[in-house]
Amino acid sequence: MQHVAVPHAQPQQRQFNPYSENGGTILAIAGANFSVIAGDTRQSEGYSIQTRYAPKVFRLTDKAVLATNGFAADGNMFVKKVRQRLEWYRHAHAKDMPLRAIARLIQTMLYARRFFPYYVYNILGGIEEDGSGAVYSFDPVGSYEREACRAAGAASSLVQPFLDNQIYFKNQTPAPGTTHPAHLPLSHVLSLVIDSFTSATERHIEVGDGLEIYVVLAKGSALQGLDAIQGLSELTTTDDGERMFVIRRNLKRD
Amino acid sequence: MTSIGTGYDLSASTYSPDGRIFQVEYANKAVENSGTAIGLKVKDGVVLAVEKLVHSKLLVPGANRRIQTVDRHIGMATAGLPADGRTVANRARDEAANFRDVYRSPPTLKSITDRLGHFVQMYTLYSSVRPFGISTILGAVDKDGPALYVIEPSGVFYGYHGAAVGKGRQLAKTELEKLKLAELTAREAVIEAARIIYLVHEDAKEKEFELEMSWIGPETNGLHVPVPDDLLKEAEAKAREALESGFE
Amino acid sequence: MDHFPLSWGRPRNDAVDAYGTFPIQQRPNHGQDTFSSGIQHTQQPIVTGTSVLAIKFKDGIMMAADNLASYGSLARFRDIKRLHAVGEHTVIGAGGDMGDFQYIQSIMDELMIDEFAAQDGHALGPAEVHNYLSELMYARRSKMDPLWNAILVGGFKDGQRFLAFVDLLGTTYSASTLATGYGAHIAQPLLRRAVEGREDTLDAAEAEKIIEQSMQVLFYRDARSLDKYQIATITAEGVKISESRKLETSWSFAEGIRGYGAQTQ
Repeated sequence: MQHVAVPHAQPQQRQFNPYSENGGTILAIAGANFSVIAGDTRQSEGYSIQTRYAPKVFRLTDKAVLATNGFAADGNMFVKKVRQRLEWYRHAHAKDMPLRAIARLIQTMLYARRFFPYYVYNILGGIEEDGSGAVYSFDPVGSYEREACRAAGAASSLVQPFLDNQIYFKNQTPAPGTTHPAHLPLSHVLSLVIDSFTSATERHIEVGDGLEIYVVLAKGSALQGLDAIQGLSELTTTDDGERMFVIRRNLKRD
Repeated sequence: MTSIGTGYDLSASTYSPDGRIFQVEYANKAVENSGTAIGLKVKDGVVLAVEKLVHSKLLVPGANRRIQTVDRHIGMATAGLPADGRTVANRARDEAANFRDVYRSPPTLKSITDRLGHFVQMYTLYSSVRPFGISTILGAVDKDGPALYVIEPSGVFYGYHGAAVGKGRQLAKTELEKLKLAELTAREAVIEAARIIYLVHEDAKEKEFELEMSWIGPETNGLHVPVPDDLLKEAEAKAREALESGFE
Repeated sequence: MDHFPLSWGRPRNDAVDAYGTFPIQQRPNHGQDTFSSGIQHTQQPIVTGTSVLAIKFKDGIMMAADNLASYGSLARFRDIKRLHAVGEHTVIGAGGDMGDFQYIQSIMDELMIDEFAAQDGHALGPAEVHNYLSELMYARRSKMDPLWNAILVGGFKDGQRFLAFVDLLGTTYSASTLATGYGAHIAQPLLRRAVEGREDTLDAAEAEKIIEQSMQVLFYRDARSLDKYQIATITAEGVKISESRKLETSWSFAEGIRGYGAQTQ
């Protein structure tokens, strides 16, 4: 069989692309007894801002918060399905699903769609059953790990190195006779989060408009200066459990 | 009854030697035991009214409705087994949706009644099923104006100016015949319908009842909707008044 | 006789079953769908509508779309309705494939009749309609068989305004001004400048002026648009979709543009 070069243009096949990319950035940092989960509120496609307020961070239970980033339609649908599963769990077991179980559930749900993935990067933050602050990060098909901090989305390449330096103290040498702290205080973490987003807003066109920062405090822990933050409102539903707050702020709209 | 013990009444698929289908006749008995339902086709609309017998004081008022909506402009009232009424209503809705799907226009009442008649008749042919124990009054205002039909358990259907089914149908028919239906407005017909239901109920000396009424006319924008509360109250008050004056 | 219609229309395989005597279940192509290769999924829109605009104003939502359905660059249908009322509280307006949109209209009409027939005292509002549409659009994109539209859903119910977007991917969002297609690039900035921060003070006349001006700019700039359009207003009083109206435009300036008017050199 001889191969003959085809001189004319091949027939073109245009395929429907079921995905889009809607910009924005999310970030979460775990402390010793708290967890902070944040995201900007801009939703865009290409150079167009679709809306200045489309939440990417969602409260799942009294002690778990999920941030999603990537293709917004997949993200919203995924959150809807996770919430449905958590509700079924509540009906079956009369309690909220623990954080690490939610993390494994999310990996299972993502991997179930391995061959038609949810085009979404997820970061789950909250309080573990032992009272420690936790952050779990996922790739679109379900690989996940527990970490101290993670940034994802459009400006992740800007924010993650900053976090590596400021949280993990990468490329920093401690003063002689001292060590780097394993956990940072809440007020410090909040400053890092706010600085991360104002900086990302400056340098990335898909980040801006609004910032939502969720803070989950472990049972019985003090406010640690949280009450001094402007734009704070409390979402706590129980008297004796974890406390949850959200901080809403403006970012530049240009 | 002559049918009992003969063996010819055990199945809808069996004729008696003189050509009757007893199962269908039994279905008619189920209708006769039910509270009366009437329908009035008047100048500019249709009114349906039902004497809903309340078998328990524990029932929530307005529960177990016997008037149902088929399409925007089509309503139906049933007398007989309420559960059969809901099955037929569901089928009627499917038929109406199918008509719209195929023809891209609102169905005429005749077309829906025709299809439903066939549906009901299918349940008179087989030993594995039981005929519907209901008579259905269908009312609509369609492109040809007001329309009113009754489907019986045999599947047969007729068009009417005024229709009555259920326990008090004889008296109700007598009353309907006295009315000049073609000259009444829908609003006037509501008053008359309420009066007739109250009258046949009084005549039968039955337990408690609820008057359920719906209408289609210019005042409803051609939609089949329940008669509004204030008009219902007014009609009931006048019905009671007419009853009392009638006894003097 | 092979009683399975799905295996009809296929040449008999003489090598395997020369005389058609094999038991049906053992035939080589048994259970395969002869016509599966004939099933096609939408790959591109055919007859298309262009932008839809919508804004919030003091008393509700105002939405506009022109009456054109194009066939490529051909202005094919010039009296197409791209705004559609869904129940008493909602209007949907669509750009993209008009065949798909008319299919969506029939789905919504059937849904509203089902809801009406329930007579349960609950009416679907704009939020419910939008969520229904987003599930529909997302389900179809997930089957790789999308309904090729970008849809605005506007409404007013229980004292609340509602305005949101959904497209062929199932993407959703909400804002006080929205525009689909070309309008997202040309009209949206104008609408934002005119409306943002004034949602609660703009009256119907002012809102109409803003919409009209934006439609005019679109007609000047969008080659797939028409100067005949409709405006939908959704307020506490219900839904009102206007008759088609004509845009006031002036093209006298064009004479001075090189390459358009009579050439002087």
